[in-house]
Amino acid sequence: MADIVIRAVRKTFDRGRVTAVDSVDLTVADGELFVLLGPSGCGKTTLLRMIAGLEAADRGTIMIGDREVTTLPPRKRDLAMVFQNYAVFPHLTVEQNIAFGLRMKGDAGATEIKEKVRQAAELVDLGGLLGRRPAQLSGGQQQRVAVARALAVSPAVLLMDEPLSNLDALLRLKFRSDLKRIVHELGTTVIYVTHDQVEALSLADRMAVMREGRIVQAGPPLEVYDHPASTFVGGFLGSPPMNFLPVAIDGAVSPGPRSPDAACPDDGPRAMVGPRGDSFPAPEAMRGWCGRELLAGIRGENMDVLSERAPGAVAGKVLVVEPLGAQTLVTVASEDTEVKVLTAPGYTAPPGRDVWLRPAPDKVRWYDPDSGAELTSP
Amino acid sequence: MRRAVLRYTGAALLAAWVLFPMYLLTIGAFSVQSAIYHYPRDILPSLSWGTMRFFLDSQGVPTALGRSVIVAAITAAASAALGIPAGYALARYRFRGRDAYRVTIVSTRAFPVVVLSIPLAVFALQWGSYDTVWAVAFMHTALTLPFVVLISSSVLTAVPADLEEAAQVFGCSRPAAFARVTLPLAIPGLAAAGGFALLMSYNEVFAASVLTLERPTLPAFVLNALTSSPEPYKYAAAWLLMVPTFVFIFFIRRYILGVGRAR
Amino acid sequence: MASVSAPASQRRPVTPSARPRARHRGWTPYLLLAPSVAFLAVFFIAPLVQGIELAFTSTSGQYGLATFHSMLNDPGFLSALTDTLIMLAIVLPVQLVLAMAMALLVSSRPKGSGFWLYVYMLPLGVSELTSGIVWYSVFTQQGWLNSILTSLGVIHAPVIWLSYSNSLLIIATIVVAEAWRSTSIIVIILVGGLDAIPREYLEAADVFYASPWRKFWHVTLPLLRPALRTALILRTVLAFEVFATVIALAGGSLSVLATKANNAYTQFQEPHLAAAYGVLIMALSVLATAIFLAGLPVREERLP
Ligand SMILES: Nc1ncnc2c1ncn2[C@@H]1O[C@H](COP(=O)(O)OP(=O)(O)OP(=O)(O)O)[C@@H](O)[C@H]1O
Ligand SMILES: [Mg+2]
Repeated sequence: MADIVIRAVRKTFDRGRVTAVDSVDLTVADGELFVLLGPSGCGKTTLLRMIAGLEAADRGTIMIGDREVTTLPPRKRDLAMVFQNYAVFPHLTVEQNIAFGLRMKGDAGATEIKEKVRQAAELVDLGGLLGRRPAQLSGGQQQRVAVARALAVSPAVLLMDEPLSNLDALLRLKFRSDLKRIVHELGTTVIYVTHDQVEALSLADRMAVMREGRIVQAGPPLEVYDHPASTFVGGFLGSPPMNFLPVAIDGAVSPGPRSPDAACPDDGPRAMVGPRGDSFPAPEAMRGWCGRELLAGIRGENMDVLSERAPGAVAGKVLVVEPLGAQTLVTVASEDTEVKVLTAPGYTAPPGRDVWLRPAPDKVRWYDPDSGAELTSP
Repeated sequence: MRRAVLRYTGAALLAAWVLFPMYLLTIGAFSVQSAIYHYPRDILPSLSWGTMRFFLDSQGVPTALGRSVIVAAITAAASAALGIPAGYALARYRFRGRDAYRVTIVSTRAFPVVVLSIPLAVFALQWGSYDTVWAVAFMHTALTLPFVVLISSSVLTAVPADLEEAAQVFGCSRPAAFARVTLPLAIPGLAAAGGFALLMSYNEVFAASVLTLERPTLPAFVLNALTSSPEPYKYAAAWLLMVPTFVFIFFIRRYILGVGRAR
Repeated sequence: MASVSAPASQRRPVTPSARPRARHRGWTPYLLLAPSVAFLAVFFIAPLVQGIELAFTSTSGQYGLATFHSMLNDPGFLSALTDTLIMLAIVLPVQLVLAMAMALLVSSRPKGSGFWLYVYMLPLGVSELTSGIVWYSVFTQQGWLNSILTSLGVIHAPVIWLSYSNSLLIIATIVVAEAWRSTSIIVIILVGGLDAIPREYLEAADVFYASPWRKFWHVTLPLLRPALRTALILRTVLAFEVFATVIALAGGSLSVLATKANNAYTQFQEPHLAAAYGVLIMALSVLATAIFLAGLPVREERLP
């Protein structure tokens, strides 16, 4: 049993001038593969280092399993880590590096160590390089040594700080699925830091998005993807990021508190875009926001690009068309907003062509333009 | 918590090991004469300037001190002038013979001052430069040069070559880029390299005693007078040799570590 | 959806890149080295050659081993040699342990580590002579050690530490003096070496179950090897040259090779004999250096 429970953990640097992690609460269940995602400098590595015991938390508690480990040294926490910058020992061979944790733990015999090293090396395709030293390896190979070193000790908790960042796309794809299978087989609890959105979505049992030292949303990956809790999450997660169209519910384009008698049409509330009166239907739950300006969050794959005016579609002009292989990314200017839409491969249109964008009504999310928070009903 | 206490205790004990003998020397040099000859000696004696004044007024001491300072200054200047360009070459260029030079310069220290200073004394006698500050200073320069090269190379390596290259891109010649960009950043460290040479020279005894006769540096002077002088006199001499260097070490303390960083 | 990965600048691998800058083909580096090379040729190579020549000629000017014969027949020679070696064999390990303790304490960066480092460095400014005088004041019959022991009631009559007849005891006092004075050069080399070890390696050892002691043994020490080797070589060479400390502590009652050389020159005006002692010291220094170089090989590719 090694769930991880983090309560109100905080870490500052430079005598409090830099807040790296700001009051984080987080629970990772036993055997869960938990992904941390967030922009550079948001505190992911710092959080991981506190869990590992390499950095002392200013405040808060960290529990692993039933033990409070907040002040324990790293070696007593029974975990392993893949460092962001590898930290593969230069004076040891690949084999000795992978065996390092097992040797230090001291509860395995020489043959057992050899066998475990071989297995771990196999997993990351390093079989033929066991005798080499890190200086003779490429960056990606060194990174794989770091991964193998961590897997070899079969820890209860595995912390991985961008462990695949330096691998080529093909290897990354392979390891991603291998890793997922292995850690689930072993029942290892994993916290996995990445910048790679695909990696995050594909690996995670649950994930969290961090921003400026705080966790802004946590949940199963598809839930986070489908229901970003804020414009920040929607804009950070997904490629292209979620589009945010300024709209007014019901067409009464007047900011401020809704006048009590402003009524939405009987055939349901609508989101009005721009002065020309283009609009698309809004769910019944939005009736309470009539008369307010909001942001409609729509993912690029949840819009159709039409070449003619249609009900529930918003006018725009094509700016760029970028074929991505499996899809085509079209950038459209609608009013003052750039909207990125994913459409079928083979779509072409010259820049400047008039198009109409039709959102799938049930896929639209609604956000407060000031706070950026998701709105459901008032 | 317990480890922190342990660590401080250890650090303090080691510091006491270093400092306590210095304290003993200080009270030896500054206690009233009678206290030194009293047995058992008192760890907290009454103090006086008498011994120090007596020492400073003795025949030959002020001039020896002056010569020591001059020798040290020449040594520092010469080894900086010779060593910093070499340090720069090691820090900035990869060239054939670089490693050979580095090994040679380090291994010069494997040849003891004993084997060098005696023939040098013989040379000096032949050339009529025996018993001059120059002979001693140049001998000292040969001894300190390796350290100056190592320290300045480590100091200059720490200034990113990119900065200098950026300056060259923006129109500086290589020397101008060095003077305008690298030098201002490296000057404290380079000064420290010279300071280290100064320190070593001020303290050196063997070469100074072999290369001088009538005009010794202070350490050589004290060494010659060692057997014939009373104890308080020795303490005053030793104290005077030691304490000025502490100020120096304070200013160069961060850069001295370069000796260990350079490979 | 396209995958978005971090820009390369966000990753700073600490592991070796081992990519030296392109070899330079101009004259500039050689011009920069020229002054130091020229100087060393005059003030290092020339006296070195001259010194060797002096040692291998007799007073009458003939080449041969006559000077070495008279050196070997010098009654004090053998004891000077053995005393030098005994002194070295004791002082080196003592210093190494002391210096390692100091360096590790400083580089673990407790509060005030700058102050501790400064204190441990102070003996750099202490000359051999000063050190000899300081410890003479401690070990002399009416000195500090006896005074303190008497005041504490440990002894009743002063102990003669610097006894003419007990050379081992005198060597012990020389070892103490040397350990006090010259440990600092090892400390600075080791601190510099420790600073150069990227913190990540030590952290990786921490995470992978290494106890502090095993971390030191399996990670710190191997990565510290170049600095350790430099320190050992430098210290050994300098220990062969110790001379004023010996004179201050032992007077005439004990000699080491360096005091023999100095005496031969300054007292007996025998430059040939002095040079022969110098050559012997040099041979021993070179031998020790060679042993350290071979025994502690440093491979660039095994370092960060
Ligand atoms: N030792 C330190 N001293 C001072 N500031 C630090 C230190 N370590 C981290 N920080 C700061 O704390 C913040 C969080 O850093 P952290 O390394 O945790 O970010 P990250 O999310 O891992 O970023 P990246 O994705 O680039 O790796 C940053 O602003 C960083 O500058
Ligand atoms: Mg990071």
